[in-house]
Amino acid sequence: MRNNSFKEHIICNVITLNRSAFPAAQGEHLHQKMSENGALPLRGKVLTVDTMNANVKKVDYAVRGPIVQRAVQIEKELKEGVKKPFEEVIKANIGDAHAMGQRPITFFRQVMALCTYPQLLDDNKFPEDAKNRARRILQSCGGNSIGAYTTSQGIDCVRHDVANYIQRRDGGIPSDPDNIYLTTGASDGIVTILKLLTAGEGRTRTGVMISIPQYPLYSASIAELGAVQINYYLNEEKCWSLDISELQRSLQAAREHCDPRVLCIINPGNPTGQVQSRQCIEDVIRFAVKENLFLMADEVYQDNVYAEGCEFHSFKKVLFEMGPEYSSKVELASFHSTSKCYMGECGFRGGYMEVINMDPEVKAQLTKLVSVRLCPPAPGQALMDLVVNSPQPGEPSYQTFIKERTDVLSALAEKAKLTEEILNTVPGISCNPVQGAMYSFPRITLPERAINEAKAKGQAPDMFYCMKLLEETGICLVPGSGFGQREGTYHFRMTILPPTDKLKIMLNKLKEFHQKFTQQYS
Amino acid sequence: YCKRKHKDKKTLTLDTLNPQVKAVEYAVRGPIVIKAGEIERYLEEGGTKPFSEVIKANIGDAHAMGQKPITFLRQVVALCTFPELMDSPSFPEDAKRRARRILQGCGGHSLGSYSASPGVECIRKDIAAYIEQRDEGVPSDWENIYLTTGASDGIMTILRLLVSGKDSSRTGVMIPIPQYPLYSAAISEMDAVQVNYYLDEDNCWALDINELHRSYQAAKQHCQPRVICIINPGNPTGQVQSKKCIEEVLHFAYEENLFVMSDEVYQDNVYAPDCQFHSFKKVLYEMGPEYFNSVELVSFHSTSKGYTGECGFRGGYMEVINMDPEVKAQLVKLLSVRLCPPLAGQAAMDVIVNPPQPEEHTFKQFHQEKSSVLGALAEKAKLTEKILNAVPGIKCNPVQGAMYAFPRIFIPPKAVEEAKALGMQPDMLYCLRLLEETGICVVPGSGFGQKDGTYHFRMTILPSIEKLKVLLGKVRDFHIGFLKEYSGLE
Repeated sequence: MRNNSFKEHIICNVITLNRSAFPAAQGEHLHQKMSENGALPLRGKVLTVDTMNANVKKVDYAVRGPIVQRAVQIEKELKEGVKKPFEEVIKANIGDAHAMGQRPITFFRQVMALCTYPQLLDDNKFPEDAKNRARRILQSCGGNSIGAYTTSQGIDCVRHDVANYIQRRDGGIPSDPDNIYLTTGASDGIVTILKLLTAGEGRTRTGVMISIPQYPLYSASIAELGAVQINYYLNEEKCWSLDISELQRSLQAAREHCDPRVLCIINPGNPTGQVQSRQCIEDVIRFAVKENLFLMADEVYQDNVYAEGCEFHSFKKVLFEMGPEYSSKVELASFHSTSKCYMGECGFRGGYMEVINMDPEVKAQLTKLVSVRLCPPAPGQALMDLVVNSPQPGEPSYQTFIKERTDVLSALAEKAKLTEEILNTVPGISCNPVQGAMYSFPRITLPERAINEAKAKGQAPDMFYCMKLLEETGICLVPGSGFGQREGTYHFRMTILPPTDKLKIMLNKLKEFHQKFTQQYS
Repeated sequence: YCKRKHKDKKTLTLDTLNPQVKAVEYAVRGPIVIKAGEIERYLEEGGTKPFSEVIKANIGDAHAMGQKPITFLRQVVALCTFPELMDSPSFPEDAKRRARRILQGCGGHSLGSYSASPGVECIRKDIAAYIEQRDEGVPSDWENIYLTTGASDGIMTILRLLVSGKDSSRTGVMIPIPQYPLYSAAISEMDAVQVNYYLDEDNCWALDINELHRSYQAAKQHCQPRVICIINPGNPTGQVQSKKCIEEVLHFAYEENLFVMSDEVYQDNVYAPDCQFHSFKKVLYEMGPEYFNSVELVSFHSTSKGYTGECGFRGGYMEVINMDPEVKAQLVKLLSVRLCPPLAGQAAMDVIVNPPQPEEHTFKQFHQEKSSVLGALAEKAKLTEKILNAVPGIKCNPVQGAMYAFPRIFIPPKAVEEAKALGMQPDMLYCLRLLEETGICVVPGSGFGQKDGTYHFRMTILPSIEKLKVLLGKVRDFHIGFLKEYSGLE
């Protein structure tokens, strides 16, 4: 109840003035001044950091965290004419290809435009194969409009196309459209599955095994859901590979205080960029069976494989090739997205997940849960359809499509190599091969003095480093502490997305900065 | 070792599943809709039923029921999607201008980039300008605007912030009964405490301040009521609250220190000539600075309803008033984990708040399309109320706004007993029978909440007027038949 002191009563009568004479905005200002001066008792807010959801407070997401906020501020300052030692901020913090100048795939945008504005079906500037796909998608939509809600699992024909794509990709291993759920980006699917899995209390609370380093969606979701984060360390000396003995160690330790139920793996890796070997994937599957773990395979970078000798092996394919003893048992959810690969359509929030061997009653619960949010965005669903049902040889759009696709992927491969090369010429920086995905995650050696100064400021040493880098060069990266790393090691994650010339400039600036920084703090 | 014993048992079963997920229910796409889907497939495969098609009057999906998109909106979004169309003479200059503006606000000038997590800046500014105009000058700060993935996304995000405490200090969320079951579902999932306040059916579903007090006092015994949710215009009930009523609610929230969530997605769907939409924010402002500067309020809007009906784009926004700045920072952090709402939806929202103006070339067609949609809805609202009220045993309050009718139905005691014997709600039994006999899919009132011993169903007014007449006629015939069957007078 509001505190009705006499003093407050008087003051309120003074403040409540005629609206036309004293607009509320000014009233607010006066009110604030009076309260700042202790002239009236502060009315407590309902929602404060003390009364809010405690789990939300624990959430961190470095990819758009404090360093990015500072970068945005600096961009504003530059716009306002403030002088800096650089002309622009380079946002190499986030896997957003189009923002860094990558072009969309023409065919995809044509079909999307046709779906959005079907009057264009009469426009002869659009190729027939694009029109056919648009018609097919629209026919599967309520009222033939992408403005209708779709079924909660996603547009029927799209799920069929996704299943067909998976089947082709995996050498014929069947995929059931009923096991496909379209999602609002892969993040949506990942959070949904984690929600299903989080249960128990205290020692029986769900433990979620995640790689360190990891993509911080996982740690953020675990924090918000109040699940238990279980770290397993990737082996930096062995190109970030997965070590079964490390999985075992991590699991054993975790069993003391929680109920480990799920193992998450990102392949190709983010931030680390490694492409796991087939053997490794088999080992992980065996481990999951042995320890009764639900497997979550984040495969959004499946088309981003650059290194010679590396190949994407889908968890599902490996699982089924291991025979029925495994393929009938392992509960697996695999995730894909329209945001990465060669299309880079982040803004459309398209994605899907395939669920394998899910208990039918749980599946019904999953369907129920996603129904509350009605459906994923229909344009994103349409886009996913094109990703899994792209122009084929013989179709009018094929030549252009394949050229655009190849250009993007080869540019990425070139930049992956370039990044690794240049960074490895810097004394104090060591960069594992960028085998896939779109990031490099080099290890940086920081002088003792810098580490101490950072700690005195209450900052992670690599955050300290990245902040200085931003202020001096305009380059925005994400400190390794945002992803997790072995104690006493420091890293940063940068994307390989800027255009090649800009990337070269950026890498050389980085090189200069690192040498200067090392000297400065020696 | 002990894991090996359970090798045949799945890791994730109904027993090990998150119990909060199990508690969730969402009737709008629940069991009856699943059944309707099964019947549709049966018909597709050549099966015979006493009807030739299923009419899905369960969900507020205008396009699915034949409503056309607004041409201008689709032109702008198409231009944003495929900017090569800027060279096409078949697109009006007004549309191109808006598309250019939106694209300039996007990374790499592409709809395929992530936007800032609160949304594209120029769109946020356009929304703030729209709100200021709508509220006749009440200032709106664009930094208080957050784009969302449909209104549902915003509503859930705010509830997530608010849910805290344990046992008797666990957050209580006051919701109207009947309500749109996103609220009850979210409350279940987050394990908050649902606090029901009953709308007054005899008074056209008005909000009764005494009922708010009663509900609050009762709830205080076992939880910490922290937030009150209002849907205006109402879903499923369709009432448009009076200004006085809104003032009373805000005063109540002020007195009892409650965070206010006003779900205003149907703000453009007002049909009754004696009704008017009053935004919570505007009313709050008019109550004076003491209220306007202190009541914590979030209002929600969406691209799914109104006259555009763009459900599939998942567009929406929320305006956050008087939120503690530290909490706001937490909100932004939370939103950043999911990166951003879909850009196509953001673009659609921009067109809604920045439509063709009278001086623009595209205004004529735009205005005509908009009036046509809203005029049809108003006509169908009236028709529905009229026809249903002519049925003995059905009583329908005026459909003042939104897109649904929520008539009260008399269910004979024998039918109530049969339902209970079957372990289902009486209105579920009714609706299942209706579905099986006529192909009409509506949602039982139990899915939204209702006073004990009363029964309702929610149907949309979205089918075309011809189809709606047929639908209502079939409902009438069914109801009369149902009464006869269970009247006990053989």
